[in-house]
Amino acid sequence: MSGLHLRAISHAFGSNQVLSGVSVFVAPGELVCLLGPSGCGKTTLLRLAAGLETLQTGQVEINDQIVADGASARQMPPEQRGVGLMFQDYALFPHLNVRDNIAFGIDAAKGGRRSAWIDEALATMGLTEYADSYPHTLSGGQQQRVALIRALAPGPQILLLDEPFSGLDVTRRAQIRADTLELVKKSGVATLMVTHDPEEAMFMADRILVMNEGRVVQDGSPVDLYFQPADAFVAEFFGPVNRFAATVRGGSVDTPLGRFATPSLKDGTAVNVMIRPEGFRLSTEDATPQPMPGDPGDLTAAPGTFEIVTARPLGRSSFVVFRLADGKSVEARIPGVFLPAPGSRVRVAVNARQVHVFETR
Amino acid sequence: MTSLAARLPVIGPLISGAAFNIWTVGALIVAALVAAPIFTVLGIALTDSSDIWSHLYHTVLGLYLERTVVLMIGVGAGTLVIGTGTAWLVTMCRFKGSKYFEWALLLPLAVPAYVLAFVVTDQLEYAGNVQVTLRSLFGWTRPQDYWFPEVRSMTGAITVMTLVLYPYVYLLARAAFLEQSVCVLEVSRTLGKTAWGSFIHVALPLARPSIVVGVTLVLMEVLNDFGTVDYFAVRTFTAGIFDVWLNMNSIGGAAQLSSVLLLVVLVLIVTERLARQGRKFHHTSSKYSELPSYRLSGLRAALAFSACALPVLLGFVLPATVLANYALEFYEETLSADYLGFVSNSLILSASAALLALIIGLFLAYAVRMSRGPWVKLAARTASVGYAVPGAILAVGVLWPTGALDQSLSWLGGHLGIGIGAVMIGTVAPLVYGYLVRFLALSYGTAEASLGKITPSMDGAARTLGASPAGALQRVHFPLMRGSLLTAAILVFVDCMKELPLTIILRPFNFDTLATFVYQYASDELLEESALGALTIVGAGIIPVVLLSLTIARSRPGSRPGAR
Amino acid sequence: MDQGEINKMNRSFKTIIRTMAMSAVAAAAIGSFAPMPANAAEEINLYSYRQPFLIDPLVKSFTEETGIKVNIVFAKKGMLEKIKAAGANNPADAVLTVDIGRLYALKQAGVLASVKSDVLNANIPAHLRDPDGLWFGLTQRSRIALVSKERVKEGELATYEDLADPKFRGRICMRSGKHAYNVALIASMIAHHGKEKTKAWLEGVKANQARKPQGNDRAQAKAVFEGQCDVAISNTYYMGKMQTNDEKPEQKKWADAVRVTFLNQGNSDRGAHMNVSGAGVLKGAKHREAAIKFIEWLTKEEAQKIYAEVNFEYPANPKVEASALVKSWGDFKSDTLGMEDIAKNRGAASKLVDEVKFDEGPTS
Repeated sequence: MSGLHLRAISHAFGSNQVLSGVSVFVAPGELVCLLGPSGCGKTTLLRLAAGLETLQTGQVEINDQIVADGASARQMPPEQRGVGLMFQDYALFPHLNVRDNIAFGIDAAKGGRRSAWIDEALATMGLTEYADSYPHTLSGGQQQRVALIRALAPGPQILLLDEPFSGLDVTRRAQIRADTLELVKKSGVATLMVTHDPEEAMFMADRILVMNEGRVVQDGSPVDLYFQPADAFVAEFFGPVNRFAATVRGGSVDTPLGRFATPSLKDGTAVNVMIRPEGFRLSTEDATPQPMPGDPGDLTAAPGTFEIVTARPLGRSSFVVFRLADGKSVEARIPGVFLPAPGSRVRVAVNARQVHVFETR
Repeated sequence: MTSLAARLPVIGPLISGAAFNIWTVGALIVAALVAAPIFTVLGIALTDSSDIWSHLYHTVLGLYLERTVVLMIGVGAGTLVIGTGTAWLVTMCRFKGSKYFEWALLLPLAVPAYVLAFVVTDQLEYAGNVQVTLRSLFGWTRPQDYWFPEVRSMTGAITVMTLVLYPYVYLLARAAFLEQSVCVLEVSRTLGKTAWGSFIHVALPLARPSIVVGVTLVLMEVLNDFGTVDYFAVRTFTAGIFDVWLNMNSIGGAAQLSSVLLLVVLVLIVTERLARQGRKFHHTSSKYSELPSYRLSGLRAALAFSACALPVLLGFVLPATVLANYALEFYEETLSADYLGFVSNSLILSASAALLALIIGLFLAYAVRMSRGPWVKLAARTASVGYAVPGAILAVGVLWPTGALDQSLSWLGGHLGIGIGAVMIGTVAPLVYGYLVRFLALSYGTAEASLGKITPSMDGAARTLGASPAGALQRVHFPLMRGSLLTAAILVFVDCMKELPLTIILRPFNFDTLATFVYQYASDELLEESALGALTIVGAGIIPVVLLSLTIARSRPGSRPGAR
Repeated sequence: MDQGEINKMNRSFKTIIRTMAMSAVAAAAIGSFAPMPANAAEEINLYSYRQPFLIDPLVKSFTEETGIKVNIVFAKKGMLEKIKAAGANNPADAVLTVDIGRLYALKQAGVLASVKSDVLNANIPAHLRDPDGLWFGLTQRSRIALVSKERVKEGELATYEDLADPKFRGRICMRSGKHAYNVALIASMIAHHGKEKTKAWLEGVKANQARKPQGNDRAQAKAVFEGQCDVAISNTYYMGKMQTNDEKPEQKKWADAVRVTFLNQGNSDRGAHMNVSGAGVLKGAKHREAAIKFIEWLTKEEAQKIYAEVNFEYPANPKVEASALVKSWGDFKSDTLGMEDIAKNRGAASKLVDEVKFDEGPTS
């Protein structure tokens, strides 16, 4: 099978087990994200795929060729694997200008053809006028783009991106992400990207693998992961959640914000109910919360009204905190501008799809 | 935690991944060899039983220490002010002649300290040109008639040593200023600081690590200098070392005193490092536009010009002119001796030592980069401490390992029935070895610093882009390190050309350098007759020094053609 | 790893090893840069404490006459350590020194070889050579006072002890008390008067200094000429050098301004302090015979004459007279104190200089 196959990879640094039985498959043209907190082994996985670390257990296969095998101790050196790697710190060569940096990995024989490719790539990324500049004269975003083009220039079969946007300021990030995605998709290369930003993963990836402590916790499309997290960790990873402790009774759980069905859990199970802030719909006291366009399903109305603690505008959404009867604060994110005065009362409804219930461990 | 070695895909694959690999073992062996003379000195110190301490303590030790401290403070302050000030003026301001001062300020590096000492005392003492002229101008006849600063005094010694040593601080300060990013300076100005204020409060502190390294170098030179200070009848701790050695016939006592010196230097170095810990001195931005230059005119330009001209005049032009004068009068003395032989000996010796120091420094730097655990780094640092031991004592430290090596080889040869004569003794090998021990700090320090600028991810990038380990060394490491390595080689070369104490003691028969030839005469205050030789030393140092300046100037990212 | 990768790794490894090996070879090649002295009888290797330009005339004559080449390494310190460290591989055959201190140190270190030579015994009086033939004095020099002709009356300064007399306050110039020649003088004072009295004397001399001790012996004469002081202490041969210096005629003026005064010449007095320059053969010398020949030659008339005429020293060989210029300074009585007695006290003398802080100048 072509593409990138990482099979049952385990890796330890000394006594520190960093990866345990991780398998990843990236098809050509696909962009897969490894998502997880720092220290969970994602970068190590990339380095193993590139050949910058010696594989201990497992197998790495690139386009039908086994390039590394823990069992037979076979390790193809990085320069022969046809893998492009973009580093978090870009690692541009200070002594070469942009064009020479990009051309570094290109064989002399292919010179002519690639020169046209380089020009086109520079144009796509808006860097044509900087072709003769040196890396230190470029801004962070420009350096990132050069690093990306450089990784793609030799025409690799696999592209590995290590937290490519973490060094960029937020305002530019969206544009650069879009440009990067465009370039990567155009090249049709199987791409594996590492990030700790869930929003980024959701934007860029065809598939996301959530990793924690060296293991893959869940593997699926962005929508799947977001709406059907496999466990509390994954759920919490995609954003802050409001937690409520409860017990399953009669196939559902009761919370101050409503009752939610839990068909797969046995009665009597102690659970954590997690409600995403974006799952709330609010209305003033005298009205009823309305579903927004795009909300699937019905809203579950919470009994009674709730007192507003604070409401702040965030631009395209509002951050509202309201209080339960027992004094606990609940955070909500409401699309648009909805700023009830602190102390006033609101009605609350919950989009059941944003509610996730997991056994307490 | 990932080991750095495993993370360095360029050289990592060259080792088999074992904890003790060729690089580590090799580095430890090399470091041990280079550190052997230092340990010999310590050994001699520890096994000596003569008690010189109580005598010294009750008599001159306090005086020596006080003198030494005063000298260090004076020269340290002097070189700091001159070196940093001129570096700033030349880097950040534009005034008439500033372009020439960029490299001219380095010229005193080519002048041996004892030469400058001789010239200064010669010209400024009672019977020297300056006072004679003054007396004839004003009609004074006796020394009691007027006041003139006493040349052979602490002040004279401080002045001459400052003039000779400020280029080290200048060099490092200038490199640091060139590296700084403009944004920081601009921010400082928007916050209300004047250009002067920006200098004091922003640029200077950011350049601090480099400047501190420069001043530390200077202080180490001051500590182990003997001949220059002796000229000025100033008796320092080092004078005590030689006194104990020669007059009390106690090499052991001298070694003990040298060990104390070594300790002081170590304390200096450690303090400097500790003071640096926890502070970040990196570039605060990776943008490097062209440095703004303050255009100076009128009085300011004149002041700047004078401030730069004075050190060059006193530290280079004056001695060169005086030497040239004497050379014209006394050149026959020099030419009749084996002048060309001296020249070629000096050049070849210095070049070989520079090359060897570079190779070994590089080797150690790579080994440190690739090793696990702190041992190799510690070993390399220890091997770099040869700088701190006075030259003649270091020579004694070199004599023992080389003598022992020869003796064991002879013994071995005797048993095997082969007649092995001396392998080391009788050749220049002990001398080159001695230079290596003394100057490794320069080459290792430079290699370590410039290698440190090549991040592991650059290595990784090169590998994933298709370069083999050797290819990456060639296409990434070498171009990036070239400038610094050249600098180190030049500095070692120039230092070897001037070097005296090691050369005098360790050289074999029929081998004289320009420096030892000059020494014959200088040691009897008859420098005039060897002036041509001294002038050649200075001349041979000029071109490398100018090269050095050009290398530094090009070190600013983007100063290469086509960089915009 | 497959064979291709192993090969590649080996290749890179080999390149590096090769480079290192080449450097080692280069270093070794440079190491053999200086040709080692051949073990033929045509050479001797000499460690000299005297500058080559001073002994060149002697060496030239010797080589002309005997065809034996003399290789010289000049250094003022470190020679003893060099000899000891080399052990059996020591390349030097003989040592030439400028005073008794170095000779004595070499003898104490046990590196000198005993030489039985009738020539040497005949040419050098017994009190100027080691009884066991370990060292041989070649020339003598005295440490004298050069007094200002104008400002010091005849007989005003008669003895070394006078130098501490308050009547000379601010009138004396000397080089550093730590210099070997002064140390030897102080050592002889200790030998004659004991430490306590010598210390008091030294303090008196220090109080009489016109300036902080600086410069060499000739510089002291210069100071007298310039009027900075009235009395200079110097070795005899420097006077000769000044008087005959055509290249720097100002030195003649200095010599003209002073009068040579031999001290302690009274009828029952001990005589002027003397020092010797000398030579010795090293143990294990590879060219022992040639070295002995050289030293013998240095004691013969021709060499002793050169010493006398060119270096203005007093020949150790009693059959050779001093040069006319030197004789013009007058005859004098020399202190017959054994050289080794002087050498034994050098350490104590040096310590006295520290105790009295002699080099700090009169105002300290």
